Amino acid sequence: MSTLTISDLQVSVETDQGAKQILRGVDLTINEGEIHAIMGPNGSGKSTLAYAIAGHPKYTVDGGSITLDGEDVLAMTVDQRARAGLFLAMQYPVEIPGVTNSNFLRTAKTAITGEAPAIRGWIKEVRDSMGKLRMDSSFAERNVNEGFSGGEKKRNEILQMELLKPRFAVLDETDSGLDVDALKIVSEGVNRAMAATGLGILLITHYTRILRYITPDFVHVFVAGRVAEEGGPELAERLEDEGYDRFLPEAVS
Amino acid sequence: MTESTATSPARGLATPDGNTAVEVTGTGTRPSIISDATNRHGAVPVQTRNARFTSADVADFPEVTGREANWKLTPVDRIRDLLDGPLDGSAYSVVAQPSDGVDVRWVPRTDPRIGLAGIPEDKASANAWSSFGTALAITLSGEEHTELVVGRSEFGTLPRAAHTLLEAKPFSDSLVVLDNTGSAALVENLEILVRDGARLTLVTVQDFAEDARYVASHFAQVGRDATFKHVVVSLGGSVVRVNPSVTLADTGADGELLGVYFSDAGQHLEQQVFLFHKAANTRGRVNYKGALQGAGARTVWIGDVLIGPEASGTDSYEQNRNLVLSDGTRADSIPNLEIETGDILGAGHASATGRFDDEQLFYLQSRGIPEEEARRLVVRGFLIDIIQRIGSAALEERLTAAIEAELARDDR
Repeated sequence: MSTLTISDLQVSVETDQGAKQILRGVDLTINEGEIHAIMGPNGSGKSTLAYAIAGHPKYTVDGGSITLDGEDVLAMTVDQRARAGLFLAMQYPVEIPGVTNSNFLRTAKTAITGEAPAIRGWIKEVRDSMGKLRMDSSFAERNVNEGFSGGEKKRNEILQMELLKPRFAVLDETDSGLDVDALKIVSEGVNRAMAATGLGILLITHYTRILRYITPDFVHVFVAGRVAEEGGPELAERLEDEGYDRFLPEAVS
Repeated sequence: MTESTATSPARGLATPDGNTAVEVTGTGTRPSIISDATNRHGAVPVQTRNARFTSADVADFPEVTGREANWKLTPVDRIRDLLDGPLDGSAYSVVAQPSDGVDVRWVPRTDPRIGLAGIPEDKASANAWSSFGTALAITLSGEEHTELVVGRSEFGTLPRAAHTLLEAKPFSDSLVVLDNTGSAALVENLEILVRDGARLTLVTVQDFAEDARYVASHFAQVGRDATFKHVVVSLGGSVVRVNPSVTLADTGADGELLGVYFSDAGQHLEQQVFLFHKAANTRGRVNYKGALQGAGARTVWIGDVLIGPEASGTDSYEQNRNLVLSDGTRADSIPNLEIETGDILGAGHASATGRFDDEQLFYLQSRGIPEEEARRLVVRGFLIDIIQRIGSAALEERLTAAIEAELARDDR
């Protein structure tokens, strides 16, 4: 069984005013087959954690470690991390003009498995996954994310997760901006991937809404760059009732 | 020209060391006179773009100093011999497969079509015009779509003049590729007559040897209800300057002017495009895209669009985009728009020169795609949208491969 271990992670981001520390010592252990929800108010460092795991160049790791089955993830390039089995579903997926989705998916699959997928099986797999995510087949020939609506971009992220079959996926606010129908479709996709490959999931969200469709095993509350509280699914319910107020001293008064 | 003179809102977007990324967009739907931006700093009087001095005689042009509006961005010293030195105007080797409705032959200077499409505006062009002995004439007459590839690879290393005439007869439908490779020290005038109702796509590929120098002027007249697609692909050569002037001369004429270029270390690739909406109800699109990579890689794009006083109902848009892939490159991008009638459908221009988008790179890499391959995908994607508009699958494939080869060069 694979394990993704994050220990005492400290991360800063380059801003116009200089480096700003965001994560102040994060500890998390995720096993394959587990769903961990990371919740927290705006600015608590949730997305920074996602980008730090994926290796975005804007974020600097100042201390701590991330390991995947003992392998040092922080020593890997962005693409090496993906090939090692990590996946980030982005909050704002990037548009790539002139590159079709199907070319992109095939190129990524080839890079991750080390060989080109057999054409017929692959085309069917892509078509099936797109069908389940209610994506029209025309999305295969459109340029990556270009002209996609917000919901279509998020579905395209889940499509990639289903096809690339990572061992661990970080879903960065995949639920934000989705209407309830799209939210259900995306959630079904996540649950389907879970059933198919038993991957470990780090579900980053601001709202408890998506947790009605994807049941977490663990809930971690992020405040000011640290895990402030941890628990089971019941913690999410409590947050739904109370909000984040009790974690925010300035909001109490 | 009417009431006043305004400074052009368009600016040259240089990226010394690739540090600047500026986007300028604008639309001009009001009647206004906009000066040629390249003139505005000097004492040169404001001049409508089609009012430049023209002559087919090289002696009529003063010596080129390199300070003239149409030479100041060109490395004049590298092409001095082509500007006013002696040029060999004899025939050269051409490879073409004539078919039904396609005629390729050498014609004398006295061919009545010569000079109908345009007259030189600069000394190099006039030098070639004064020097050529025989012209290569391609005449297209088939109403069924035909494709012709003209291979030209033996211009040699000595200074040479060429004159080429392309006539698309009324209602003909053709795609012509002038495929230029090998060595060259060449000045060429290319005259294009797109007769009424004709459909012509002309692609010139400049994929010369590394030391080649090529200065070309294209003159096109597009007739009533004719459709002309003009594509400039510049990849190889030390100095390559292709200046197309296209006149939408009669009602309903449609001009699509496309360009794609990839400049490597030390390469100078230039295009000064002029689109003249002379008649009413014409449609024009200018779209050039370029990439720069390697120390001293240099590109120049000047896009002049003139909507004349008779050109009511004009629909026009021009844009240039440059992708800077490494430090030490410079891209000049200067769109100019002059409008002499208020009664148009629309006119606009856009120019952007920017660095490689790191977010795109991160996105692709986060899906396991190695950095080099990710860069290739992004650059290819950036340029492919021009190539896909050419409308020839075989050519698309070849040009895509040529761009891949440029990207694979390890001179960043």
